[in-house]
Amino acid sequence: MTATDSNEASGEGQTVTREELDSVVIRFAGDSGDGMQLTGSQFGATSALMGNDLSTFPDYPAEIRAPAGTTYGVSGFQVHFASKDVRTPGDAPDVLVAMNPAALMVNLPQLKPHGVLVINTDAFTKANLKKAGYEANPLEDHSLDAYRLLAVDITKRTLEAVRPHGLSSKNGARCKNVWTLGLLYWLFDRDPAPTTQWLETKFKKKPDIAEANKAALRAGHIFAENTALPNGIHPYTVPKAELPKGTYRSIDGNTAAAYGVVMGAKLAGLPVMYGSYPITPASALLHHLAKLKHMDVTTFQAEDEIAAVCSAIGASFGGALGVTGTSGPGLALKTEAVGLAIGAELPLVIVDVQRGGPSTGLPTKTEQSDLLFAIYGRNGDAPLPVLAAATPGDCFHMAVEAVRIATQFMTPVILLTDGYLANGAEPWKIPDLDAYEPFPVTFQTETENFQPFAHDPETGIRRWVKAGTPGLMYRTGGLEKADGPGNISYDPDNHQAMTTMRADKIARVADSIPEAVIEQGEATGELVYVGWGSTHGAITQAVGQLLGEGHSVSHIHLRYMNPLPKGLERLLRGFKQVVVPEMNNGMLDKVLRAEFLIDAKGVNKVKGLPFQIHELVEDAYQRLGVNHEHSNVIAMGAE
Amino acid sequence: MNATIPANALKKKDFASDQDVRWCPGCGDYAILSGVQKAMAEVGAPPHQVAIVSGIGCSSRFPYYMGTYGFHSIHGRAPAIATGVKLANPELHVWVITGDGDGFSIGGNHMLHVLRRNVDLNIILFNNEIYGLTKGQYSPTTEIGHVTPSSPYGSIDQPVIPARFALGAGAGFVARGYDVAKELSALFVEAHAHQGASFVEVLQNCVVFNDGIFEEVANKKTGSDHHIWVKNGEPMIFGKAQDKGIRVSPKTGHLEVVALGDGITEDDLCRHDETNVERAWDLAHMEGGLTAFGVLYRVPGVAYDAAVRQQLADVKAQKGNLTMEELLRQGHTWDV
Repeated sequence: MTATDSNEASGEGQTVTREELDSVVIRFAGDSGDGMQLTGSQFGATSALMGNDLSTFPDYPAEIRAPAGTTYGVSGFQVHFASKDVRTPGDAPDVLVAMNPAALMVNLPQLKPHGVLVINTDAFTKANLKKAGYEANPLEDHSLDAYRLLAVDITKRTLEAVRPHGLSSKNGARCKNVWTLGLLYWLFDRDPAPTTQWLETKFKKKPDIAEANKAALRAGHIFAENTALPNGIHPYTVPKAELPKGTYRSIDGNTAAAYGVVMGAKLAGLPVMYGSYPITPASALLHHLAKLKHMDVTTFQAEDEIAAVCSAIGASFGGALGVTGTSGPGLALKTEAVGLAIGAELPLVIVDVQRGGPSTGLPTKTEQSDLLFAIYGRNGDAPLPVLAAATPGDCFHMAVEAVRIATQFMTPVILLTDGYLANGAEPWKIPDLDAYEPFPVTFQTETENFQPFAHDPETGIRRWVKAGTPGLMYRTGGLEKADGPGNISYDPDNHQAMTTMRADKIARVADSIPEAVIEQGEATGELVYVGWGSTHGAITQAVGQLLGEGHSVSHIHLRYMNPLPKGLERLLRGFKQVVVPEMNNGMLDKVLRAEFLIDAKGVNKVKGLPFQIHELVEDAYQRLGVNHEHSNVIAMGAE
Repeated sequence: MNATIPANALKKKDFASDQDVRWCPGCGDYAILSGVQKAMAEVGAPPHQVAIVSGIGCSSRFPYYMGTYGFHSIHGRAPAIATGVKLANPELHVWVITGDGDGFSIGGNHMLHVLRRNVDLNIILFNNEIYGLTKGQYSPTTEIGHVTPSSPYGSIDQPVIPARFALGAGAGFVARGYDVAKELSALFVEAHAHQGASFVEVLQNCVVFNDGIFEEVANKKTGSDHHIWVKNGEPMIFGKAQDKGIRVSPKTGHLEVVALGDGITEDDLCRHDETNVERAWDLAHMEGGLTAFGVLYRVPGVAYDAAVRQQLADVKAQKGNLTMEELLRQGHTWDV
């Protein structure tokens, strides 16, 4: 973005004048095997430790190792770090690190005008250029003249740096990402110590690799310090952000959701039984929970998605908290079993980390296209609560909520997150756990007049009976049950009553969730954006900008998708235009139309990528009839 | 771990529910139900410590007729649900009731995995070689050529041999019986005693859609000439006149049926060895119209659920309890 100040920082024995920036977006891009995810996440972690606010966005192919040098094998990681509030990984990068021609080919179009371009010249061989689709070498044909180019023979310099550690040239060259990280650390005034420590821990059992990487990191740092930087590139610094006081950590959505499930189970007083089948991008939920055996968490890697959800249902029947996690195709397989849990009135938490669809779709790319499926996608009248987390950190709280609702209402609950939340990281203020009200489960134990499917006349909720309790032996299943005794019933009036009871029970969840609120802007006006899930960051920043420009725009963000929070209709009716930005082809707008007969419109994007702020700002201009000149946003420090 | 009540304290009727049994009159399922109830009384597990999980099909209505905990789940998935029940509540004796369609068609995958994992479940396969509840289509165990509504010109599907499937999946306990056999309840007692997945195939007559297919094997008059009850360590002799047996063929090395006499004596016969998987494989499908009953294969092993509990205990002992606060503060944190 823009330089705000300049200050002087002292390096080793010399004084460096650093240009102060309030916000920078860097995209690291290279081959799938170039270690870009690791480089980006280290840069992000270091920036978080240094007190910046930040948001990260990993963007990688589904193939584990796509053929080297190809455009479809390009792996990217974007880091947005700033001295101010950051809600998205940033629209266009200020800095692009391109480790090979394919990475340049794929990512250059997004780089801001006058952006900083760091290139590994050693990878720009004839063969690599051809694979990437370049007819001429862009380093030689002046096609990059519009950018601030820092072209370095990174591979060669990395090999020189690691030579003393006796690595093969193949292994040595693999340290080039860490060398590059060293260069950027110096350029942006980052402390290399956390990464040095991280390397020591990661390669504890391979000290030669650890030493080689540390040498590469140092060498990149020293190179940047001692080289004459090309015209227009200076040393920069990004001061600390002003964040609310507290203890922070970095967290991604999958970690937060996994920990939230454990927290929820503690508040309910239950052990967790997590049954799951590996699926991108939800597998990390299983990985995290599998490590928590000392926290009353049992994990079961099932043979398939159906067995995964069924094991969780069996566990709930047995008195544990049954939880399963998956992504779209897996949720499709689980649907029959979810209906069973609805009919058997058993708690079950299902975390759906959404990805691009249909079918296998875009496994590593983000989308919000399971909303209607989550709300409606089962045979029969089979309602259940659906929740959605808005940020990586929010996955923790919403997972707790999913457990609360599942156990209190004796129902399966679907928690929607997505690939962007799951893999994206942000600094997260560790919540005050004492502020969470426990919701302990009390199993039925009284045997007198016991009826397994007796429903509370007020709430329609049955008591949870733990299989194994003396005197309460009962039979359950997927067949319709007689209200009360629970025996098989084909009685017409009973099915009518049970169907109504199941629907009313879920509708009553609305009594236990927060009412709808306006997050930004006035309570009435011209235009309201109604978002849900991971669009939160982009909508927040877009609406913030629009409000700053004096436009009548507001923002409502939904975390409870079914039932919808109370008061929503009243709020929506306060606006002339109701617009739903979604990473799908139009879903929440349909729900709002169906529920409220309101003419909700959609802003829809299904590119496997999150919304950019300017996309929403431009949408608002159009809807508000604002004539605006295209703001020529140029890269940081380029004026 | 599993509590038991002194012998004779429990009666068969303690395991019956108050629901009317609604199988067709004459269905083999009645005898199996009776066998299970009798076995449970003998084992002495109190009804509240028993959970019966089934899938979908005629046999899967079984839990409704038991006075225990019961879960009539969805088609083919009983092994997965039962695994969850056992993991959540290891004190329960968990039984899986399934049929040839439920267990080997739609639920074949789960059957493979529950057996190879060796979850401590007692799995009873009701094999009637037909789809009953959907009115008579051929099943994965139906013989080739069988005419059914979905195979009007005869089934051309190669049938699966359940006991061989179980052996191939690595099951540690594979047994077989038939619905009206007086030995059936004893077989269930043996299955219950085994730690790990016990697989018991029960040949079951469907009076409506496949009546009499096991007649020759199960009939009191003819059965003893067409079946053998194998007992560990004992020579494999059978026949009404005890005039037939099973020996290892000197030509093929596999088991074969022989007539005693003509130079072949009891000493030439094979003694049943429950731990010999090759012999069990042969017994699972004998040539010449002979069906082997009894415990075909039994080896001890570590049950999956026991290993899960052990690992939980080990990790807890090694790492101690971790609080939520500590979990969230693991790794890099910083104060603002």
